[in-house]
Amino acid sequence: MYDMQIQLFDGQRIRLTEIDYDKDYEIESRWTHDSEFMRLLEFGPAYPLSPAQIKKRYEALEKQVREEKNLFHFRIRAREDDRLVGLASIEWIEWTNGNGFLKFGIGSAQDRSQGLGTETLQILLRYAFNELNLYRLTAMVQEYNQAAIALLHKAGFMEEVRRRQCLLRDNRRWDLINFGLLQSEWREQS
Amino acid sequence: MNNALYTGKLVHLTAVDPETYAASMVKWRRDSEFLRLMDSDPARQFSIKEMKEWAEKQQEKNPPANYWFLIRKLDQDQIIGDIGLFEISWPAGDSFVGVGIGERDLWGNGYGTDAMNVILRYAFTELCLHRVSLTVFEYNPRGLRSYQKCGFREEGRLRQYLHRDGRRWDLIFMGLLREEWHKLNRES
Repeated sequence: MYDMQIQLFDGQRIRLTEIDYDKDYEIESRWTHDSEFMRLLEFGPAYPLSPAQIKKRYEALEKQVREEKNLFHFRIRAREDDRLVGLASIEWIEWTNGNGFLKFGIGSAQDRSQGLGTETLQILLRYAFNELNLYRLTAMVQEYNQAAIALLHKAGFMEEVRRRQCLLRDNRRWDLINFGLLQSEWREQS
Repeated sequence: MNNALYTGKLVHLTAVDPETYAASMVKWRRDSEFLRLMDSDPARQFSIKEMKEWAEKQQEKNPPANYWFLIRKLDQDQIIGDIGLFEISWPAGDSFVGVGIGERDLWGNGYGTDAMNVILRYAFTELCLHRVSLTVFEYNPRGLRSYQKCGFREEGRLRQYLHRDGRRWDLIFMGLLREEWHKLNRES
């Protein structure tokens, strides 16, 4: 029988949820002060944001969702106590071509390297391919982000593009890598 | 006046006048093949008013967010396309370049390649970028050849990224580093 009772947003230890306007902004502001985290999550210069600026970002995000309909974004929470542990989104969706870009990160340092990123990725893939019906997904990663590269390989992504020396950090040039996964490849392995 | 920086062998690059740009672009956008070579979005048209306002919006920022030019033929000063450096990352010195020749009678005559050579010189000697990136669709072999001639190297492909006429096509990424460009242009 067709089982529609699978909870798309839920993993074993985490779940993907909406923004909590009352609580999340203080925590996310702290994350933006963690330059190591920002250098893994973003491609532009690290730059800290105040809680008020984060709130403005929320409004801009929700406006984009409303008007452009090319973005799905989530907050990652631990199921045990509902605390905010990270961010996830599928962005730059092109509906006619069926493609989108993945972005996610575990913001709280004590929650990293526990497999929460792997769980998040599994939920995002199921959502992108079974709910949004995308044909393929792309993830952009800096050459120095070894944890993300290992995670994407494990999930079946293939390195597709290597933009040489696209980043300059700490006086070194680094490549920017695009990983891709087709819906058909994901179905074969799951 | 010395405008050698903006001048190639067949074309020269000039400022974008929103009104002139809109009139030309609206005409070119009736050609769906042109649109499908330029953009992965669905081919669609806009009014002159809309295109003009869009161009004005692009130019609001000072210093500019994009370095964007009209391409004119050297002999008649006719506007034949546009070219620009977009999504510039100043800390890394990277930018995407996009070029389009709207006058389809002129396709395959080296105008796009010449415009690209002019903007590459501008990117590397005036903006001092470290590299220039671009994407080209698998179904655009003319574009691919032109970029190869300018020195771009293929850096990979997003597989089956585009969906056109019932088929999937790759999105090809290309890149050119400043040192590679200098080497090519010393030798020639």
